[in-house]
Amino acid sequence: MLDGTEDEEKFLAAGIAGLQQNSFYMHRALDSNNLRDALKYSAQMLSELRTSKLSPHKYYELYMRAFDQLRKLEMFFEEETRRGCSIIDLYELVQHAGNILPRLYLLCTVGSVYIKSKEAPAKDVLKDLVEMCRGIQHPVRGLFLRSYLSQVSRDKLPDIGSEYEGDADTVSDAVEFVLQNFTEMNKLWVRMQHQGPAREKEKREKERSELRDLVGKNLHVLSQIEGVDLDMYKDIVLPRVLEQVVNCKDELAQFYLMDCIIQVFPDEYHLQTLDVLLGACPQLQPSVDIKTVLSQLMERLSHYAASSAEVLPEFLQVEAFAKLSNAIGRVIEAQPDMPTLGVVTLYSSLLTFTLHVHPDRLDYADQVLGACVRKLSGKGKIEDSKATKQVVALLSAPLEKYNDIMTALKLSNYPRVLEYLDVPTIRVMATVIIQSIMKNGTRISTSDKVEALFELIKGLIKDSDGTSNDKLDEDDFKEEQNSVARLIQMFYNDDPEEMLKIIETVRKHILAGGPKRLPFTVPPLVFCSLKLVRQLQGQEENPFGDDASTTPKKIFQLLNQIIETLSGIPVPELALQLYLQCAEAANDCELEPVAYEFFTQAYILYEEEISDSRAQITCIHLIIGTLQRMHVFGVENRDTLTHKATGYSAKLLKKPDQCRAVYACSHLFWVEDHDNMKDGERVLLCLKRALRIANAAQQMANAARGSTGSVMLFIEILNKYLYFFEKGNPQITVASIQSLIELIMNEMQSDSTTSDPAAEAFLASTMRYVQFQKQKGGAVGEKYEPIKYEPIKA
Amino acid sequence: MNYLLGAFKPACNVLITFNDGKNRKQVTIEPMQGKKIDHNGVKVELLGQIEMYFDRGNFYDFTSLVRELDVPGEIYERKTYPFEFSTVEMPYETYNGVNVRLRYVLKVTINRGYAGSIIEYQDFVVRNYSPPPTINNSIKMEVGIEDCLHIEFEYNKSKYHLKDVIIGKIYFLLVRIKIKNMDLEIRRRESTGSGTNTHVETETLAKFELMDGAPVRGESIPIRLFLSPYELTPTHRNINNKFSVKYFLNLVLVDEEDRRYFKQQEITMYRLQESS
Repeated sequence: MLDGTEDEEKFLAAGIAGLQQNSFYMHRALDSNNLRDALKYSAQMLSELRTSKLSPHKYYELYMRAFDQLRKLEMFFEEETRRGCSIIDLYELVQHAGNILPRLYLLCTVGSVYIKSKEAPAKDVLKDLVEMCRGIQHPVRGLFLRSYLSQVSRDKLPDIGSEYEGDADTVSDAVEFVLQNFTEMNKLWVRMQHQGPAREKEKREKERSELRDLVGKNLHVLSQIEGVDLDMYKDIVLPRVLEQVVNCKDELAQFYLMDCIIQVFPDEYHLQTLDVLLGACPQLQPSVDIKTVLSQLMERLSHYAASSAEVLPEFLQVEAFAKLSNAIGRVIEAQPDMPTLGVVTLYSSLLTFTLHVHPDRLDYADQVLGACVRKLSGKGKIEDSKATKQVVALLSAPLEKYNDIMTALKLSNYPRVLEYLDVPTIRVMATVIIQSIMKNGTRISTSDKVEALFELIKGLIKDSDGTSNDKLDEDDFKEEQNSVARLIQMFYNDDPEEMLKIIETVRKHILAGGPKRLPFTVPPLVFCSLKLVRQLQGQEENPFGDDASTTPKKIFQLLNQIIETLSGIPVPELALQLYLQCAEAANDCELEPVAYEFFTQAYILYEEEISDSRAQITCIHLIIGTLQRMHVFGVENRDTLTHKATGYSAKLLKKPDQCRAVYACSHLFWVEDHDNMKDGERVLLCLKRALRIANAAQQMANAARGSTGSVMLFIEILNKYLYFFEKGNPQITVASIQSLIELIMNEMQSDSTTSDPAAEAFLASTMRYVQFQKQKGGAVGEKYEPIKYEPIKA
Repeated sequence: MNYLLGAFKPACNVLITFNDGKNRKQVTIEPMQGKKIDHNGVKVELLGQIEMYFDRGNFYDFTSLVRELDVPGEIYERKTYPFEFSTVEMPYETYNGVNVRLRYVLKVTINRGYAGSIIEYQDFVVRNYSPPPTINNSIKMEVGIEDCLHIEFEYNKSKYHLKDVIIGKIYFLLVRIKIKNMDLEIRRRESTGSGTNTHVETETLAKFELMDGAPVRGESIPIRLFLSPYELTPTHRNINNKFSVKYFLNLVLVDEEDRRYFKQQEITMYRLQESS
């Protein structure tokens, strides 16, 4: 056996040369109207097509050249008949050729003229031609010959409305002809794989797939026949084509032809013949890529359904979904070796289909998922990355379609499908779900839904069994947990009771999250709860006041428990902040004991857990700030708390920090809107204490470095003085302010002080403020009038 | 024989013409300008001869009829003799084969005593038409090589006229060999002589490709062979105990190693009256 492209090129060149030479003689004979020679040389020319040495690709090249020549010959035959040569004689004459291949090419050519002459019914001629072509059993030559036949006959079929239309059954004749040609071509095509040595199988398969369009073209011709209506398609065309497809038992052919059928015939036909079409699927070879075929079908039907609403009843009428669903089940059963990818792709397509066609039938979607779960069960986690992708696509489809997670939550099988994914993918999927919620601003309003949702995203909520998160990137983790936090904010229900249930559900779930997640998930939950508290507080006069099970108190209890869970994790600052938030909320609800309790918790945390000095500073300011706003406390409680706060302030590590905390404490004793909380004396005490600390700081600084930066503290304290002075604290006198100003001036002018532009600017603007108040005149102006200030002259 | 005879121009032109083709014929004798022919009588014979080439050109007359045209005398000028063999039996067709020839001839003899007789021949062709046979069964047969190749073939008739078409099909029941192609041959077997002296000559008159490539089980290949392009004769069976001409259809399958598998079937050829 000769192979190698070089040889092939040579053979092709020789073939072309022979063909051209003979076609030259043929033309000469045509020009001189010499029929005998024309036939002789055309037969010789066509003999070049008898070669077995060319690959289909090269053979095609040769064939096309012959094809062109045959067109000319056909024209000649036509002229010949016009000149009075009997077409019947001509039809016989070309059959005298001894070699079958040229003979049949010529026969087809004359046959074409014969049909045009209408001396015999087209169907008879066609039938004869298609029968005679059986003589070519060589796959490649046969395919090309039959393709030629198909080519010359396609405009001469006895179709309805065609000029070659025959008697009553004319369409079936046309169909019969095309079907037969199709069947034979397919047989030849399938047979091709068995030709030649086994080691060239791959090459042959490639060649075969190059030829597939020759076969597929027949289906296209079928679809173009006007007379093929639905009934005919259903009763004749489809069963016959499928019979051939199924019986050929060839992977390549089955896949290609199924695809062809789906692509060339109208959607409407597919819809009405789903049974038949789908019935064929399980009968295909196990290796056929059936998933692509069915996916294509479902995609087309989906588009069809989407094209107009009028066709939807048809879908219902034929129970398209049930049929597809069954078919997929059967296909999967019939192909036990089908990889998970295939299974999932099928269900994914089906789901897309049902979402398009029956958007109102959630149960269908759920059925699909359920079926998918059943098929996946026993296979363990999906490891194939493509399959995983498909599952993600499958699960994303409902989200995209409905833009509403609520719908997806109704799909009971949804989370069960999710289980088959590997851990990272589950997390990705969960993120997708959350993003979908965020994007659409969906409110999740019942605890059941929350429950379901958490079931879906549990990959994010807690560590899955036996797998560690070591590999997980810290940033990713944060990102994920942040999205969970955002999600928690989306839970909302106007009904407090339901909301409480939601909160309890969320709590249940997030508590399982472990120490790494709690810092992310607890705060949103706390704020969620506080939102509820505020809501209840607004409705305080509601008629259910007593019997409603949802009371702020109860919620606060819950909150306390929630925040307590943080204690196991070293995030005391966070817990403290949350306690303070709660305390404030309790304050607004006039629940003194509760607020006190929260404060106590916060203090305990401060004392026992917060050891870092920076953190202490932050926390003490938070405490002071919160405490300042608390109005619910009785004198005793308040005293205890303020006392403690002041105490903490004074115990800070650095002097300047102490100083600042202490002067902040002064506000605890002067709450603007509550007259019972104005204690000027204690304010002054605080400020004086702050001054002392500032002094001490000054000295310490001097001792340490011979310079000072703490004029700043004095100016800050001056500002406090001015504040309380303006607010009318009787203990703050002009004299005390005046002396403080002088103190500052001295400090700034002392030799040891390096000039500090920031402090100078601060002082200057403070004094500008005083000046400004003076100029206002009236009561305020009078008040400020006595304060004297001589700017430093350098 | 007088070998000098050929050295001279013939003494006369003898022209044998068929008046209307069937019975009435005439002989025209035209002496050369200004000459006369003395003769001992003129006769015309109708001869049916079978000539065997291998037998040194001997021939054997199976039919011989004589008509005397003229009594001895002289011919001075163009003279025409009509004659007629009215009821001649011509049972055999003219045949021109490889080893044998069957011919019909009209032989005009002008007997001359001294100068040698003047003899002129005129061949004519005889064709015998047969009516379509009343019984004309198809040929149908299943043949094969065990576990290798089983085919069933069918020719629509066993008797064909010369312009007939052979219609048939070959059905493959089992194919275990790689067939390259399949031809249908028309073979003529001419056997001459008899007994130990029999000569058989077989010619392939037509080689008609029926199939290209390897079929699989269940394929059915059509046959349509027009006989008109080939120069066939009717089947001759034991003509005058001298020779026979028989026709066969030979179905040949060739495999990829160029091995040939064939099956030969006799068909009977006959000449059908053309009804034009």
